[in-house]
Amino acid sequence: MSRFPELVSGHRPVGVVSFAQYDNVRREDDHNEVEMLMPVVAEVFGAIGITKDDVGFICSGSTDYLVGGPFSFVTALDAVGVWPPRAESHVEADGAWALYEAWVLLQEGEIDAALVYCFGRSSPGDLSEVLALQLDPYYMAPLWPDPTSLAALQAQALIDSGRATEADFAAVASRARRSALTNPKAQVAYDRSPEELMGEEYEVAPLRRHALPPLTDGCAAVVLAAGDRAHQLCQRPAFITGFDHRIETHAIGARDLTRSPSTQLAGEKAGVGRKAVDVAELHAPYAHQEMILVDALGLGDEVALSPSGGALAANPMMSAGLIRIGEAARAIWSGGADRAVAHATSGPCLQQNLVCVLEGV
Amino acid sequence: MSERCAVIGIGQTVAKSKREDVSIAGLVREAAVMALGDAGLTFADIDAVVLGKAPDMFEGVMMPELYLAGALGAVGKPMIRVHTAGSVGGSTAIVAAHLVASGIHQRVLTVAFEKQSDSDAMWALSVPQPFSSPLLAGAGGYFAPIIRAYMHRSGAPRDTGMKVAVKDRLHALKNPYAHLHIPDISLKMVEESIMLWDPLHYLEACPSSDGAAAMVIGSEQAAARATSDTGRPPAWIHGMAMRSEPTMFAGRDQVNPQAGRDCAADLYRQAGISDPRTDFDMAEVYVPFSWYEPMWLENLGFCAQGDGWKLTEEGATSMIEGGDIPWNCSGGVLSSNPIGASGMLRFLETALQVRGLAGEHQVADARRALGQAYGGGSQFFAMWVVGADRP
Repeated sequence: MSRFPELVSGHRPVGVVSFAQYDNVRREDDHNEVEMLMPVVAEVFGAIGITKDDVGFICSGSTDYLVGGPFSFVTALDAVGVWPPRAESHVEADGAWALYEAWVLLQEGEIDAALVYCFGRSSPGDLSEVLALQLDPYYMAPLWPDPTSLAALQAQALIDSGRATEADFAAVASRARRSALTNPKAQVAYDRSPEELMGEEYEVAPLRRHALPPLTDGCAAVVLAAGDRAHQLCQRPAFITGFDHRIETHAIGARDLTRSPSTQLAGEKAGVGRKAVDVAELHAPYAHQEMILVDALGLGDEVALSPSGGALAANPMMSAGLIRIGEAARAIWSGGADRAVAHATSGPCLQQNLVCVLEGV
Repeated sequence: MSERCAVIGIGQTVAKSKREDVSIAGLVREAAVMALGDAGLTFADIDAVVLGKAPDMFEGVMMPELYLAGALGAVGKPMIRVHTAGSVGGSTAIVAAHLVASGIHQRVLTVAFEKQSDSDAMWALSVPQPFSSPLLAGAGGYFAPIIRAYMHRSGAPRDTGMKVAVKDRLHALKNPYAHLHIPDISLKMVEESIMLWDPLHYLEACPSSDGAAAMVIGSEQAAARATSDTGRPPAWIHGMAMRSEPTMFAGRDQVNPQAGRDCAADLYRQAGISDPRTDFDMAEVYVPFSWYEPMWLENLGFCAQGDGWKLTEEGATSMIEGGDIPWNCSGGVLSSNPIGASGMLRFLETALQVRGLAGEHQVADARRALGQAYGGGSQFFAMWVVGADRP
């Protein structure tokens, strides 16, 4: 039996060999971003017995508007301590895209391991106002639409299409928060029936409180290793066999919000449907978005959906996507899954989506 | 194994203080369409788009790549947004090139921009942050003490910086895309301009510009196709490197940063460069404040430590004076500074040169050129080498 799985994307097997995340909390007032990252970076290296000197590339993901200042990634790099100097890069995006950049570099064979980390605190500002600044600056942002109102438009469109009801959203939230009870890093976890959740008031109709993600401060890190190095560092590496991401138009009025063609295309390119999927960790901040993603990826009832609780359990900005990859990898490491799909999203109403297929051998 | 890759299309906007005739989308699209045209391609031929820019607060739009997906023809494709401070234009080109070098894509469009007139960079750099001292004086105030340390260390005469300021503005007169065209530029004019941050006079600083830069990076196969379609040669990428070091620690050499030296060493190893001054025909180097020319001449190994100012003084870096190693023939950052695009313009100009398409500022028979960008407080570096010959 080969030590490496067959690859749909790329030509060099690269595995997720370590993952760590901060305690996801509503408000981290005692530590800044660097102080939050330091124990996470120490843990992600410590767990596999390596140091920063053993990785050939470092890539991070974050966004300045959460911090409220320019160059927020600059000081964050102090959490790694890049001395002597290192090959390093940064994406203004979720860490899942930083992981993609590192995976691309690992394909070329010059380096064998890379560190990826990301961070985001929602608490320093009003996230609804901050994310409104992510919209078209001429036609959308001046109206200050908040992300929950935009998601509610999407949810209503899904109801109007006849493919979902409010009770379905409650069922997604109930299952996710119950799964989260076994996730020590979950911020919101409970055992409440869909019927009980339906008794909640609307935040923005048709979305009730349970259908919304929590506001979270957090950060996360992953180590990738290629080829034999992956096997040296990890008993059962979670090899990336398929990896793709796609973006849609920003114009919400020009999209069918009930579908996610970018997820569907990325899923096809990553070969999601080629073999059975055991676990899918989906970055669906709003409950109804999970249903759209499941459709787009063609996931059947047999797939365990977001056993960590997903973004409904904790939604640290710029990290919740990378955490999905970490959680999917963990399912492979434990032997609980042979094949897992991780997904990350960015932009309003699932505008941009990334799909990563992980397999153990 | 990494695949050969090359610059097969180039586009840039004219840089100016305020592009009030276009939106941000219009600005980036202008450069992108020009690059596609140069490569004989349309948006449909592009596999992925990589966008770079400096801090989002410079326009006041968070993660503008989301809004720009349509304008850049990225819908249905992978799109990546890079941000590595002032070096970002260079890093963005490198990320795009790796998408081809890794064998994942055939043709990648990479774009960088800044529309400084939409916001205020000085404000964006000066937002108070908890537990850190504000950078109220902007970038010039940050770099001036480092420049004074260089002058003290090297014994350079006070006019070296002014000489660079004149030289790059004379070069800019040959570049129709440059922001600053000052036909009567002279040492006297620089010296008489207001002192901003000692020793930097007003005319020793870069302007604030709106502008965009774009390139199409292609595989060997894509390069052959582009050449047969357009008759224009590719610029082959011979090496690329990035390095970062911490912002502050006791003993950090901010005048001659280790990250810059390490980045150059890695790059020269890849490209087979043993003597930069001889091996390169020209260089486009990120010089936002005049004195960074002599400082980077040393950091990049074009001369011995402490001798950078001598090359500048003797005209070695001047096209006009027939120097042997012309730097910033486009006029450089001192003549155009759309911040996020400034690094990409350095990379792009090297590609123009080795393709022989630089027009009036073309260096005769340029075969191999160095592009460099730096950012932050000189702790982030991105560099590449391009050549007329296939590596």
